Amino acid sequence: MKKFDRERVLLAVAGPVIALVSAILLTSVVLIASGKNPFEPYRLMLQQAAYSDVQVLIINQASMYYLAALAVAIGFRMNLFNIGVDGQYRLAAMMTAVAGANLALPGFLQIPVLLIVAIGTGAVWAGIAGVLKVTRGVSEVVATIMLNAIATSLIGYLTLSDVWGVQVGNNMTTGIMHKSGWFPGIDLGPDVGEIYGLVFLAVLMGVAYWIVLNRTRFGFDLRATGASETAAAASGVDAKRMILTAMLISGGVAGLSGLPLLLGDAHTYSLSFPTGLGFTGITIALLGRNSPVGIAFAALLIAFLDKASPALDYATPVAYEKEIATIMQGLIVFAVVVSYEAVRQWGLRRQQKRVGAELAAELAHHASQKEVAA
Amino acid sequence: MELTGITKRFPGVVANHDIHLTVRKGTVHALVGENGAGKSTLMKILYGMQKPDEGTIAVDGEHVVFSSPADAIARGIGMVHQHFMLADNLTVLENVVLGSEKLYGIGGAARRKIEEISDRYGLNVRPDVLVENLGVADRQRVEILKVLYRGARILILDEPTAVLVPQEVDALFANLRELKSEGLSVIFISHKLGEVLSVADDITVIRRGTTVGTAVPSETTPRRLAEMMVGSELPTPETAESTVTDRPVIRVDNLRLEAEGGRPVLDDISFTIHAGEVLGLAGVEGNGQTELIEALIGLKPADSGTITLGDQEITSWPTRKRREHGIGYIPEDRHRQGLLLEAPLWENRILGHVTERPNARGFWLDPKGAQEDTRRIVEEYDVRTPGIDVTAASLSGGNQQKLIVGREMSHRPKFLIAAHPTRGVDVGAQAQIWDRIREARREGLAVLLISADLDELIGLSDTLRVIYNGRLVADADPATITPEQLGSAMTGAVTGHLEHQEGSADSASESRKSESRKTESRKTESRKSESRKDETR
Repeated sequence: MKKFDRERVLLAVAGPVIALVSAILLTSVVLIASGKNPFEPYRLMLQQAAYSDVQVLIINQASMYYLAALAVAIGFRMNLFNIGVDGQYRLAAMMTAVAGANLALPGFLQIPVLLIVAIGTGAVWAGIAGVLKVTRGVSEVVATIMLNAIATSLIGYLTLSDVWGVQVGNNMTTGIMHKSGWFPGIDLGPDVGEIYGLVFLAVLMGVAYWIVLNRTRFGFDLRATGASETAAAASGVDAKRMILTAMLISGGVAGLSGLPLLLGDAHTYSLSFPTGLGFTGITIALLGRNSPVGIAFAALLIAFLDKASPALDYATPVAYEKEIATIMQGLIVFAVVVSYEAVRQWGLRRQQKRVGAELAAELAHHASQKEVAA
Repeated sequence: MELTGITKRFPGVVANHDIHLTVRKGTVHALVGENGAGKSTLMKILYGMQKPDEGTIAVDGEHVVFSSPADAIARGIGMVHQHFMLADNLTVLENVVLGSEKLYGIGGAARRKIEEISDRYGLNVRPDVLVENLGVADRQRVEILKVLYRGARILILDEPTAVLVPQEVDALFANLRELKSEGLSVIFISHKLGEVLSVADDITVIRRGTTVGTAVPSETTPRRLAEMMVGSELPTPETAESTVTDRPVIRVDNLRLEAEGGRPVLDDISFTIHAGEVLGLAGVEGNGQTELIEALIGLKPADSGTITLGDQEITSWPTRKRREHGIGYIPEDRHRQGLLLEAPLWENRILGHVTERPNARGFWLDPKGAQEDTRRIVEEYDVRTPGIDVTAASLSGGNQQKLIVGREMSHRPKFLIAAHPTRGVDVGAQAQIWDRIREARREGLAVLLISADLDELIGLSDTLRVIYNGRLVADADPATITPEQLGSAMTGAVTGHLEHQEGSADSASESRKSESRKTESRKTESRKSESRKDETR
């Protein structure tokens, strides 16, 4: 059976590797077309990755990407497309910031409360789409996109100074959170920076994701629904309950994805809080094939592109546009979708062939037996 | 058209091997063989959907190579698929011209052409009706017209009668005779031997991927054809002794299920199955069998009526609870409902029984337990696989089915819904599956058996019911009933209790007519019907 295991590893790695290689090649084509050196930018970015302060930035960013991508992946595993992670995490981060500024419990209570607020807000926001889908048959894609827009407006309203907002200079914030809600990080010195403490939450969530999916009944039902809705229904999965539960969990995890930054560094929700984590999360979940380890690599890769690319603008003697990294991210998405489907089909055929081959000898043997029997 | 030495290999299997087939102009040529014998592959080769690895195809004496269906169409070969390829929301005219707009445009010229073809071959197709308003037989005629419109001189019909009732079959055969009188050739793929004998001019039998012989209808019998198809003594599904008890396991009372809009798809269904009893349900496909299964397993809520399992009413129970309480399910479409094709076998072992041992302990899954038990099932049920980590998709249909049967039986169900348990399964696996059902029946299992194979139904069942148009219209004793009588009840022609009428006046013509139904059985024929047929001849 070892040989099928090796086979599976090979297949799992083949997709991403093909995708990345083709994305890099295509990016080089773009560089050549615009009259630039097709390989120099990669060297420059890799150089950046050697600096420890950039490494800290990458890890911190990756932790947020990781959580957002997990949220997307939970939906993907049962064919639900939660595009609304973006709205869910922003609303959740804002609500958490408000709670953190207005609650003053001791740290061992404050932080769990804040986590619960974040999870709850994300879950409720995603749950709206879930309820709409289950009761009215509204596509979750449409509903969550709409909810993203509504979340933006809602945040804008709630951070007005006559609601919950506090104006600091030109920036609208939600006020500084109480210190008991600040999550301590690992300080690596003034030149290097601090790794957010909640990076470990991301790791924990990854482990939990794997356990729930692969070692619980619920996870099996979820995966079965994703693999074949009809087979899952016949095996006793209540599709509606499953959709709602998956949306709630996905939203809950999405709610956490802004927190490493919020509790680790920003300590307030303001206009400068990062947006778009949810969309990048979709890329990362795709690239990571919804597997907790794959998503971790993908999150690190995309965070690397994010954090190493700004230096391109200041490179000497020739500067490159940092948007090269954005182009590359886009190309990765294309390449991933194409190469994974190709590898999947190739793998299925290949396994059928191998199973057929293994049985061929036995089959021939059996056929001759049958002939004798007849 | 002539095929010589066609060989097609698929991963691990040779689907077609050294096939020889000669179709004469102006004839109906039947291609018969068991499910999985390689008919579909051959047909795909004929139609240019797949390329043969070896061998040649010649049309009108000219050697041809098809690399796509378009090439085949250009050569005058057209195909009518088993599953119709029509757009419901378009009219007949629109469906016909779709994709061939260049031929006669999309307006008056096209309409005239359609009407001309329709009249010439007696197809009776009205160009302006929406396809969604057409019945199955009409749709099939539209498909045939579509093919003729594209200038086909050789038509391939894939199991054209599977979805038709007998009268429609007769009408189709009349159309086919029209076609051949106009000099067209028809390749008729089927495993219903009675139909083949009544319509074909030549017959080619295909078994295990190769042509094993040809026959002329006037010189052969269904039984001889069946033996050519199977290649051995036919197994019989007959059960020896009755094991029926008086302990009811499942009771259905006045069950009614409505389609959207209130039309009943099941009405006034009542039956009881006792421990150790197999109740066989006969019926032409699409008469409510699927809905009945779904109502019993809990996928569709009953609109009225009750279902009782043992002494508990389960009408409002969800599917999972029903399965936990001992309803086993062998689905009619194993790919849709019975398996996760891309998941390993041991995960498929869990499917449907995720809350039960050995698959789970409380909240947690127990992969080790499931894997061990999968190994046991693979062993006991003779599932041919190199291991339990391969995907279900890589097994053959028969082995997939054995895995499903093994899985369902492993949970010692009280009541088993077996829908076409041996469909698309090779003869060896079929006998094993029958044995398993018999064995469980001896131990007190109640079985609802739904099958298109009348011999399987008659042979395995203790009681027979006939479903027609969503109602149970007739019942019969399998000990005395013949496939012919059952066949005529399935068309709604006869209702009530079916008695075996020895030598009744119209039995000869009746038996010929319903032969088509009967030979759904690719397996065996009871001695009785055999002797009757000899009388008929």
